[in-house]
Amino acid sequence: MRDIAVAAVLAALAALPLLSPPDYAMHVLITMVLTALAGTGWAMMGRYGLVSFGHGAFLGAAAYTMAILWNEAGLTPWIGIPAGIVVAILLGMLLGYPAFRLRVVGHYFALVTLAAGEIVRILIVALREHTGGSLGMTPAKAPPGGAFLAMQFDKAGFWWLALAAWALGLLAWRLLDRSMSSKALAAISEDEDAAASIGIRVTREKMKVTVISVALAALAGALTAQYRQYLNPESLAGLGISLQIVFGAIAGGMYAPLGPTIGAVITIGLDEALRIGFGTEFTGGAPLVYGLLLVLFMLFMPRGIAGLFERRAKAPAPAKPAEAPLPASAAR
Amino acid sequence: MGLLDPFLLEALVNGILLGGVFALPALGLNLVFGVVDVVWLCYAELVMVGMYAVWFLHTQAGWPLALAFAACLPVVALLGVLLHLLVVRPLLNSPPINQVLATGGVLFVLQGAATLVFSTEFRSLGVDMPPMEVGEVFVSGTKLAAFCAALLGAAILWAFLKFTYVGTAIRAIARDREVMPLMGVDPRRIYLIASAVGGALAGLAACLLVVQLDVHPFVGLSFGPITFMICVMGGLGNMLGGFLAAFLMGLIISVGGFWGTTEFSYVVAFAFFILVMFLRPQGLFAR
Repeated sequence: MRDIAVAAVLAALAALPLLSPPDYAMHVLITMVLTALAGTGWAMMGRYGLVSFGHGAFLGAAAYTMAILWNEAGLTPWIGIPAGIVVAILLGMLLGYPAFRLRVVGHYFALVTLAAGEIVRILIVALREHTGGSLGMTPAKAPPGGAFLAMQFDKAGFWWLALAAWALGLLAWRLLDRSMSSKALAAISEDEDAAASIGIRVTREKMKVTVISVALAALAGALTAQYRQYLNPESLAGLGISLQIVFGAIAGGMYAPLGPTIGAVITIGLDEALRIGFGTEFTGGAPLVYGLLLVLFMLFMPRGIAGLFERRAKAPAPAKPAEAPLPASAAR
Repeated sequence: MGLLDPFLLEALVNGILLGGVFALPALGLNLVFGVVDVVWLCYAELVMVGMYAVWFLHTQAGWPLALAFAACLPVVALLGVLLHLLVVRPLLNSPPINQVLATGGVLFVLQGAATLVFSTEFRSLGVDMPPMEVGEVFVSGTKLAAFCAALLGAAILWAFLKFTYVGTAIRAIARDREVMPLMGVDPRRIYLIASAVGGALAGLAACLLVVQLDVHPFVGLSFGPITFMICVMGGLGNMLGGFLAAFLMGLIISVGGFWGTTEFSYVVAFAFFILVMFLRPQGLFAR
């Protein structure tokens, strides 16, 4: 029954271009769906306490791999995107394996990923002969008749592509949720030692979820670059974009499959509304509102918007200070 | 001379000077983390606000530079107090990641506010001191002055922590936050003081940076990440370690830039940080 409903919603979304909506609406929707995919990928790790501040690196690694292969070797993005995803996964494993093995967790994990993200951003800038440095780069125009091979579509084509990728992300979420790994990861995020003591292979489980998370983020990055036909180190790698991904996923709610999507709709919608409502004079407005919302969410709604719809019983009961005297509670 | 290439020597000297500049924000961040146990992700943005304060008071309001510097410290200290009261204190019992993300939200707020008020234009203070020649090495006068001021600031902080009652309480709380309330120390007050001192250090760092860098809303991103890394590398909450790590990072960046490009040197610095996290997560200089 639920599957039928999901299929119906997807079909309805896929049929959207048939109504010939204005280009601008399609543009906003495509951006939303691709942002949702990146956020979904991030939340795969984030919801198990593996908070990465460097996911921008994976968007960038995949996007630049794809674009450089197209521009310099003429390799179609249809192969370039999988290649880019593989590069991103290798990067993720290179960073993840020692981090998990040596038990870098919490703040430390967040800072290690932040450093790794910066390294990728700086490398992209430094390899300016291939990447165009901080000025960015544009994929070469498709030869006549080669639009499909070059993956350079009109809005409708990209909409279907983005929608398929997004559905893939949700499917990955669902498969993970149904697997034993999800339970193992939940146990690990509660108490790593206890999880290891009952035979959960901590490093292996963390690696698995990292690969999935990185692959989805990388796919989102490559498709975003391909859609925009423009790559820039600031908008595809680095701390700014990494934090934006995190914000979207948190605002929407990272514990529900549709949470990051809700977050993407909100963040992109907010961006566009502020841009239209206030014009270019109000350039600082979007981050200002963003930041305020992020603070307010953390203060009052740490489980995000999707958290509001969770069944009461499912949400863990908030620790009552009287029953569980936390060390820091003396400070309140 | 002759033992060392003068250019390498210059790189070494510049590295140490750069380390002095990194040291102050790293100390402030370390103080707040060690005491309050919350990472201020927006720390570099507090510095950015301080830089704008100096720039505005000096070039727009026409204050003398010394007065603008003197005003910058309390302004940023107040900002630190507000940050603690409005954002950090209500989240003291939340998971660490929520705290980090909330201060990350403040980062966006400050960047956005700065863009709204001052636009994205690069603002320069337009103050420069002549370079000095020491032996065969040229040293920028502004950098040297900033370095001396940073050392002085660190010394004052050390004396405050070592010789005053409040300072002793701050160090004690950083050591053991569960027992100190039993000893009659009010953590709420100590947290507030630590936040104010942390803010003041950001203000001092702003004074030293604004003479060397143009200020723009995103200037914090250029030294923020490295500040975090220095702070963690020295061992979170370990002041001396952070101070030494600042010079180590300064040297890596400066000497790396001598052999390769600046970008290359930052890659080396960040990679070094990741290695340290893998091999000695308790910090390079942990006891």
